[in-house]
Amino acid sequence: MSTGTTLGRLRRRRRRPSSGPASEARFALTLLLPAAVVVFGVVLYPVVRTFVVSLYDVNSPMAGAYPFVGLHNYVRVFSDSGFYPVLGHTLYFTLLSTFLELSLGIAVALLLNAPLKARWLWRSIVVLPWALPTIVNGALWRWIYNGQYGALNGLLDTLGISHTPHQWLGSPFLALNMVILADVWKNTSIVVFFILAGLQTIPDDVYEAARIDGAGAWRGFWRITLPLLAPSIAVVLILRTIEAFKVFDIIYVMTGGGPASGTQTIAFYTYLQAFSNQLFGYGAALAYLIVIAVFALAMVYLRILRQGRMAGVQ
Amino acid sequence: MKSTDSTAPQASPASVAGPSRRRFLTATGAVGLGGLLAACGVGGGSDKGAAGSGKGSIRALFMKQAGYSEDNIHAMTASFQKAHPGIKVTADFVSYEALHDKIVAAAPAGTYDVVLIDVIWPAEFGSKHIVSDVTAKWPASWKQKMLPGAVATSQYDDKQYGVPWILDTKYLFLNTAHLKKAGVPQGQLETWDGVMKAARALKRAGVTKYPLVWSWQQAEALICDYAQLLGAFGGTFLDGSGKPAFNQGGGVQALGFMRQSIVDGLTNPTSTQSLEEDVRRVFSAGQASMALNWTYMYGLADDPKQSQVAGHVAVRQTPQGTSGRPGVNGSMALAVAAGSKQQAAAWTYISYLTSQPVQDKFALSSLPVWKTSYDDPEVVKTNPAVVPQAKKQLGDMILRPQVTSYNAVSQALQAEIQNALLGKKSPQKALDDAASKASSLLGS
Repeated sequence: MSTGTTLGRLRRRRRRPSSGPASEARFALTLLLPAAVVVFGVVLYPVVRTFVVSLYDVNSPMAGAYPFVGLHNYVRVFSDSGFYPVLGHTLYFTLLSTFLELSLGIAVALLLNAPLKARWLWRSIVVLPWALPTIVNGALWRWIYNGQYGALNGLLDTLGISHTPHQWLGSPFLALNMVILADVWKNTSIVVFFILAGLQTIPDDVYEAARIDGAGAWRGFWRITLPLLAPSIAVVLILRTIEAFKVFDIIYVMTGGGPASGTQTIAFYTYLQAFSNQLFGYGAALAYLIVIAVFALAMVYLRILRQGRMAGVQ
Repeated sequence: MKSTDSTAPQASPASVAGPSRRRFLTATGAVGLGGLLAACGVGGGSDKGAAGSGKGSIRALFMKQAGYSEDNIHAMTASFQKAHPGIKVTADFVSYEALHDKIVAAAPAGTYDVVLIDVIWPAEFGSKHIVSDVTAKWPASWKQKMLPGAVATSQYDDKQYGVPWILDTKYLFLNTAHLKKAGVPQGQLETWDGVMKAARALKRAGVTKYPLVWSWQQAEALICDYAQLLGAFGGTFLDGSGKPAFNQGGGVQALGFMRQSIVDGLTNPTSTQSLEEDVRRVFSAGQASMALNWTYMYGLADDPKQSQVAGHVAVRQTPQGTSGRPGVNGSMALAVAAGSKQQAAAWTYISYLTSQPVQDKFALSSLPVWKTSYDDPEVVKTNPAVVPQAKKQLGDMILRPQVTSYNAVSQALQAEIQNALLGKKSPQKALDDAASKASSLLGS
């Protein structure tokens, strides 16, 4: 209706070339300009500049004539013995945290979609961890895990499960897992909300028809809920994988990359190289590799999502 | 449904006479990218600062732990502004762990006029023109009037890159009530051997489960404790030719000593995840009997409002090892940021904060850099427990390497020391690995 009216007006204007298109193009340009400035300034400028910096041996934040090294910084990443352990930690962090967040997120969303009493209250509570800034979340869990006065040891002691204080952040592998748990606690909320939104689009008649056909709850979940949730799962999977791959702040606050560098991830390592060691060229190359990896992941997921949609249409 | 018929009359109005959307985007993109590439110099902004008028607004960056507290700095700044009404100061505070990186990130924009720098940064910041060379502004008398450890704080390559402000080293803090309970005489704590014997006695008597607590998290704090022990056992970080030497003699002994204290159950295992503030909390809660920490801990641990052990805190010079008892030089200096457009006003502010009367007034938080302050009864009165120990300690300090790539060397050392502390490598192997990484970083 309103679209039809607008189109009609546009057609009429096109028939009067003297006053229309040129001024409309100018008007469009004016409207696009602020957005273009923001996109160039905030997205494209850093992207291009980081790439340019990665081709030079920049070792200071100040302006200067730095030697051009071409792709040497990229080659150096792969011969850096410090890079492979952090890559391993990053992949482990990404896979485990995404898997846990997704599994728990689906479970909690199913629960919150059920006709519970005071459902609004439970939904509000679930959003709380996500609403906390990551820095606060990290500080909170650092205290909970503290081996001397932490709440986790206190809880285990009170419940009679263990009376020996554990050093939750005391050894590299355990610390990495404990950081993952802290991350899962915070980010499961966002998964819950995506899935919950997806669940609300599934009409009850589908389940009713399945029930009439003799399908139980378990079968209904596998055959109806999960396939219909696929687009929501794909979206949340993309978001969480990319975020987990770039994880930095929770590690900075909780462990500082330790113990024995056991919780250093690629983003943390990049930060150390660029800002602590002032190897900006090398840091820029590492940052670019992160961008490429994240871009590749996003492309794979989007492809899967697209194929899923097409399959759904067919 | 989207129409794919290109001849359809309802094609975009712009396609009739104006530029197509694709052409528009291509053109804008090309212009933008061209502009970007042209604007993309490497490195950051200009480092060209200016003296300025000596009046106006300046911004200063401080840390919010150890040394002077935020309240101290606000009080100093308020009295400065009263004396210099033409200069307005805005003070920002970050944790020590964020201080270096904040200075680096803010340098190209010239955000700060005054920055607090650690003793390990003049080589890096000076050589990269992040802070200004103020050698010419140093009155000749300062070198004689300041303690030698203080002068070294802002010095690199015979140039001064700031003015020393926080003169600090690590002292041994004791819970006297605990020692009394275990029957340990304080005189026994003159040596590290004696400290270990005392720790065993405290553990045996059940006074504390872990008598010792340290700041051994993978951070610079770990290197500070290691430096103090390395000095006590006669080690050095680098040899005369600038090659790593911490993997020999005293360096290995120091790390062996640290690891053994964990194995023997004398060191609290949380130490490998602790910074100085964690040490203070554990000590103030009465859960440790002895700890190494900076001067600031005394004021807080002996304050009944913040500590359960107030009235039972004593402080001593760092114990003797097999070869001496140097304290780690943990001093800090105030520097003029090279990108500051108000360098004259920044210098006026720095001169005021580092002046002897101001430092004397706040001696409880951080001891002055001026020699004569230590004989001033008013200063001794502000911190009677620490000043006598400081008089002995501050003349004997060990510096961490003054090299431009210090941070990278320190990171390599931190990771390997932790490998040894966690029992993943022997002290010798860990330090050999660290030395090999440090060699390539130092180009030696």
